[in-house]
Amino acid sequence: MLVNRKLVLAHFWVAFAVFGLALFLGAWQMFVRSPLYTWISNPEWYYRSLTAHGTVMGYVFPTLVAMGFGYAISESALKQPLVGVRWAWAGFWLIVAGSVMAMVPVALGRASVLYTFYPPLIGSAFYYIGVVLVVVGSWIWVALMSINLRVWRREHPGEPVPLAMFANVAGSYLWAWTAVGAALELLLQIIPVALGWRTTIDAGLARVFFSWTLHAIVYFWLMPTYIAYYTIVPRAIGGRLYSDTMGRIAFILFLVVAMPIGIHHTFADPQVGAGFKFIHSAFTALVALPTLLTVFTICASVEIAARLRGGRGAFGWIMALPWDNPIMLAVTFSFVLLGFGGAGGLINMSYQLDATIHNTQWITGHFHLIFGGAIVIMYFAIAYDLWPHLTGRALPGLKLVRAQLWLWFVGMIVTTFPWHWVGILGMPRRMAYYDYSDPAISPQAFSVTLSAIGAFVLLISGLLFLYILATAHRQPAADAGAYRFSAPVHPVRTVPLALNSYAIWVALMIGLTVTNYAYPILTLAVRSDNSVPAVYVGAQ
Amino acid sequence: MTVQDGNHGAEVAARTERRWATVSVIVIVVLAVLAAFAGIHQVTMPQPRVETIDPTRLHLSGEFVESNLGSVLEPNGAVTVRAIGQQYSFTPACILVPAQTPITLRATSADVVHGILVQGTNVNTMLVPGYVSEQLMRFEKLGDHLMPCQEFCSFGHEGMWGKVKVIDKEEFAAKAKSGGRLSCVGE
Ligand SMILES: [Cu+2]
Repeated sequence: MLVNRKLVLAHFWVAFAVFGLALFLGAWQMFVRSPLYTWISNPEWYYRSLTAHGTVMGYVFPTLVAMGFGYAISESALKQPLVGVRWAWAGFWLIVAGSVMAMVPVALGRASVLYTFYPPLIGSAFYYIGVVLVVVGSWIWVALMSINLRVWRREHPGEPVPLAMFANVAGSYLWAWTAVGAALELLLQIIPVALGWRTTIDAGLARVFFSWTLHAIVYFWLMPTYIAYYTIVPRAIGGRLYSDTMGRIAFILFLVVAMPIGIHHTFADPQVGAGFKFIHSAFTALVALPTLLTVFTICASVEIAARLRGGRGAFGWIMALPWDNPIMLAVTFSFVLLGFGGAGGLINMSYQLDATIHNTQWITGHFHLIFGGAIVIMYFAIAYDLWPHLTGRALPGLKLVRAQLWLWFVGMIVTTFPWHWVGILGMPRRMAYYDYSDPAISPQAFSVTLSAIGAFVLLISGLLFLYILATAHRQPAADAGAYRFSAPVHPVRTVPLALNSYAIWVALMIGLTVTNYAYPILTLAVRSDNSVPAVYVGAQ
Repeated sequence: MTVQDGNHGAEVAARTERRWATVSVIVIVVLAVLAAFAGIHQVTMPQPRVETIDPTRLHLSGEFVESNLGSVLEPNGAVTVRAIGQQYSFTPACILVPAQTPITLRATSADVVHGILVQGTNVNTMLVPGYVSEQLMRFEKLGDHLMPCQEFCSFGHEGMWGKVKVIDKEEFAAKAKSGGRLSCVGE
């Protein structure tokens, strides 16, 4: 049984509560801009809703999941009391306060700048300061994860760090460095303008800063999912992890190559030259490597589970898998959606192909498949797996859990596949409505309607998820035992220093960021002819 | 594969892993080389030069004054189109271009970030205030394309739709004889 259950539960409950609210907003947005809603709506409400949906889903929800899961990992993988519990609570409350502070101006229509900010559009300073507080709260977690590992190392000199904790700390370092890009944009550029100290801003430089955060943040969202692949899935389905080493290599690769690739978000931008666009495109290809390695290792681990259950033959073992086990279901759905999302990602990363779908609904479809599909499905799995240890009670019923996962999987496909299609047709994203009476747009009406239906399936699934978690608190008490992570097939006795520490990898991460970003940032920063007047939102 | 004990099993596992890792690396290298080849060989590199421009003075002087916006036939037979985006419209709202002709689109923003996307083509570029975007285009067939603003530019974003009208090469040349700037606004 975990000791700091309240701390972990607080993180998860706030995360999932705001996730539920953001799902409502998402479904509403899909509805009002589809042909299902024929009344005239005020587009301004749409952009408020979109800002709230993106801010919550992009910053608050995954950060809290990573933090709560991180605290649980630190305690149960290191088998030592969590150091710095008070600081952990302080970080949690900072995030709560920051989220409220950011959401009030959004609700009032004073910060409809979407979660990607879009300077020279400038909203209320409270919005940006709230986002900064969320990030600062999460940095406390980064520090605590590092400190807890250090305490453990002192007591266990030379021993291999448990894989779950190794990955957890790698994820926290990735996040700490990734967040710096947006932090620089907010602190050096946007907040001074929002407070009225300055009236001009370099929108091009801001977009480069944001690209620093915007890509690697996806890998921060992904970390809990990958940790679950390696350290929960094999154990939960009665198997073994095929390779502990491959896990370490995958997490190190994420740490090093996830960062210096963000300029691929600015392929169509005029403020970055072709050279750095090409370099970032090539580096983006590299980031497929840890995923390819992971797919192999996890499929092999799953196969081991099947063979331990008596599975035979080249493919016959697939039937022997525990398909009624929710974690089995979750990892399968997650892999399928990751496959489609990843294939789309390979198209986005090439700037020849990117031109066709840049800023269309295709992109919305792509990242909803990756984040909402592959990643969030494993967040569900993590919650289901941890909940009995957090509440001291069993889950109410696996049938309901399976139904929830199926609904999410189907909902994701019904929502995102039509988005990819209309994206290819050139339907721009981030629009409050489309004029379906225009003959050039009317053929897309059916696809948009499908997506809207998918959004409601997702909403139902999300509410079912919250219902299962809530009712689990009222089940009869049942001791779930100690929280365990997957055991590797071959027990790990020694690990090379490079796979057991971070110093060289962090140095490489920072070094690569500097080589891939310093020149584009400096050339823009030293110019004085590229700042433009701010355009204040909600002030007109 | 079977679950084996002892050193032999570990060796097999490590070897299998190494093979897969090698295949993965090859796949990625091939992808990067393909992108480089397509970029250099087919000249599909994005705009190489970074050009700045003061968005508050677009209407006063220089390349993007109102009288210079629209399409112009260059002496070498190529066409240059100049356009600006501002909340919440493009100028010109309807861009007139000839078919089967190399066209250079030069565009910028007068206020916030916008984007130009021509449906049914791969013409797609961002308009960032303070910077000039340049994009090469070529249209093979006659016809109309919708040209939405593809980037969120505040509350009126959903109403920001332009048009591209592709006409016959000779017809365009005849219209361009007077040397003025062409557009299809009001047609
Ligand atoms: Cu616009």
